[in-house]
Amino acid sequence: MKALGLHLGVLLTLALAGLLLPDYHQGMLTRVLVMAVFATGYNLAFGYTGLLSLGHALHFSAGMMAAGLAMRDGMAPEAALPLGALAGTVSAALTGILALRTKGVSFMIVTLMFAQAFYLTLLYFGAFTGGDEGFPLPGSARQMFGLDLTQPGPRFTVALLLFGIALLVQAALVRGRFGRSMVAIRENEERSRMLGYNPFTIKLTALTLSGLYAGVAGAAYGLLFGYVGAGFGTTQYSILPMLYVLLGGAGTTLGPLLGAGLMAWLIDAASSLTEASLAIIGAVLIALVVFAPKGILGTIRERGAKWLP
Amino acid sequence: MTLLSRRSVLAGLAAGSALSLAPMRFASAQSAAPIKLGFQVHRTGIGASYGRWYERVANAAATRMNDMGGINGRPVELVFEDDGTDPKRGAEVVDKLVSQHGVDLIFGSLFSHVVIGSAPRAGELKVPYLPCSEGYHVASGMLNRWCLQPGISDVRSQVTAMAPWVMQNLGKKVTMVFPDYAFGHDHRDYFSEAVAAQGGEVIAKIGIPPTETSFTRYFPQIPAETEVLYHVMVGPSVLTFVKELGEFYGAGSGPQIFGFIDSLEGVDLASPGLEFLEGSHFWEGHCRHKQPDAPAWEADYRAAVGVDDNGASLADPKDVATYAHMFSVWETLSTIKKGMEAAGYQSTADRQKFVEAVEAMTSFDAGLDHVQGAKVFNGKTHQVFSTQFISKVEAGKLTRVHTTSIEESLYPDAVDYTAQSF
Repeated sequence: MKALGLHLGVLLTLALAGLLLPDYHQGMLTRVLVMAVFATGYNLAFGYTGLLSLGHALHFSAGMMAAGLAMRDGMAPEAALPLGALAGTVSAALTGILALRTKGVSFMIVTLMFAQAFYLTLLYFGAFTGGDEGFPLPGSARQMFGLDLTQPGPRFTVALLLFGIALLVQAALVRGRFGRSMVAIRENEERSRMLGYNPFTIKLTALTLSGLYAGVAGAAYGLLFGYVGAGFGTTQYSILPMLYVLLGGAGTTLGPLLGAGLMAWLIDAASSLTEASLAIIGAVLIALVVFAPKGILGTIRERGAKWLP
Repeated sequence: MTLLSRRSVLAGLAAGSALSLAPMRFASAQSAAPIKLGFQVHRTGIGASYGRWYERVANAAATRMNDMGGINGRPVELVFEDDGTDPKRGAEVVDKLVSQHGVDLIFGSLFSHVVIGSAPRAGELKVPYLPCSEGYHVASGMLNRWCLQPGISDVRSQVTAMAPWVMQNLGKKVTMVFPDYAFGHDHRDYFSEAVAAQGGEVIAKIGIPPTETSFTRYFPQIPAETEVLYHVMVGPSVLTFVKELGEFYGAGSGPQIFGFIDSLEGVDLASPGLEFLEGSHFWEGHCRHKQPDAPAWEADYRAAVGVDDNGASLADPKDVATYAHMFSVWETLSTIKKGMEAAGYQSTADRQKFVEAVEAMTSFDAGLDHVQGAKVFNGKTHQVFSTQFISKVEAGKLTRVHTTSIEESLYPDAVDYTAQSF
């Protein structure tokens, strides 16, 4: 009950922030919410199931490309968004079947390679996909359920709605039986196997769900901000959700949002201060690993707030 | 009848004159405020070597403009934001420059994916967006009415203009080596088309993936009957690319080599391993080495941007400028001034008038405002067209051997932005 209250409180605060923040920060928050959907999905795989994937850019860009290309060919956003979700889900399921034959470092490398192969494929078929240059989605096509997604208000509303669903579904999932079996696999795969669980099925399901989140986030990013490009398939976009989750707290429901938000404002502030903004961000991440290896919310939970979801 | 007291009349007069003066004070305060121009700069990421020089040129151009009295009598202030050469950050930077810094317009972006990623946001915010890129993305109709490229010609017009000279002077059987992504594909497609129109043939097209750091294994794919090897490469590994090309051909005889200076932009021609380039040819947007017949304003431009006669920084001869491209920043600022003055630009409410004023332009005269040379501007496609230079490496320097005409660089319009609504 306490957890549900916290989640609803956070969503309410976000809604208020959307109303009160000045234009620029409202726009930032919109981007953060979409990236937080991506990171929340990553948290399901990494934070709860212990699957350290370095290939989530594949699912994000698959979702973005599927929705973007379909919209370029005239599909309505109402259909393109679910198509993007489907693309992320299928890409995660297919690569998962193969990649989950491996563990640990090998899993990281295999997922990284799949993502890289997909990125290069997007470039190779540049005449169709727009390659590295990508393509813009015209404003006239970005109208969904009567909402004009080129306008900041509707855009924020859709982003908040998607994040709200992502957060509440995650919270329900990880408190349920399936969520506990995911954690069991993370903590001790052999023991959960001995108890009669099938680790492969559970890991594949978690990874596929994670791909669904990534696909939704990718499709939404293209739809809301009007640009689709292979650049979103680079390794950087596999690393980002991992950093968000590590910063906010792996295995906490709100960690991905906190991480995505902190990172966005940190990059923004640091790049205004100095050309060496990446050095500042690097220093913060090193400090995090040294002083709070479980991330911000993970550390708070460890140091007293045991109830924190 | 009640007479007004002297005190109340004086108070009324004072209040009245204060009220009547207030708008004037406001108007004069507004017109003296600086015009803020946002600059999307590639300070980090793959475009950093270009970004560094673009920033220097922008500052030099703004200083010159302010020395001349600014724009519409108002000083020019530049606001730089790093986009990391990343399209996602690029769009965020557009937001930041407009909503946070309140700039009047944005210019300066070079890499195509950043331009294409940022343009939709500029269109939504209804802010003029003037890239200094080379990509065929403005004139192809991919962007929107708020995007204009008055500072540099695009790849399509560059390669179209040069193909006849290459065919007539170097050979008709061409092998192309290019980066296997959109920028390279523009070269591949439009140069092939222009070569075919001249009766030549591209006999092999070798695309190199952007993740490649060593190129040796691609060179054996170059057919032996190749008469002209056409190369273009961008990014941090350009020097490796050119060096390995030299190692491949060694001292023996190879085909004629024709390259885009992009392959060597910001790189010292005297770098060890580049000796084989002696006698080869390059496209240059603007001649790196000062030519004997350089126009009078060339020396002033070089002094202003801090570049010596060899195209390197006055402060450090090893710091070679991205000279063939960076004039676009200088010239774009000149066009911004002309456009704002023609539109009677006062505030951000006049942004649309500014775009319409630039659309009405047709040509730019060569001079200190347009240092690269005279230009033709197409208001419908929002793209400028210019002469192109072909230079030969002689004694380690680039000597211009041919100048194409503007007419050679023209191609049919693909879009009419003026038919689009704002």
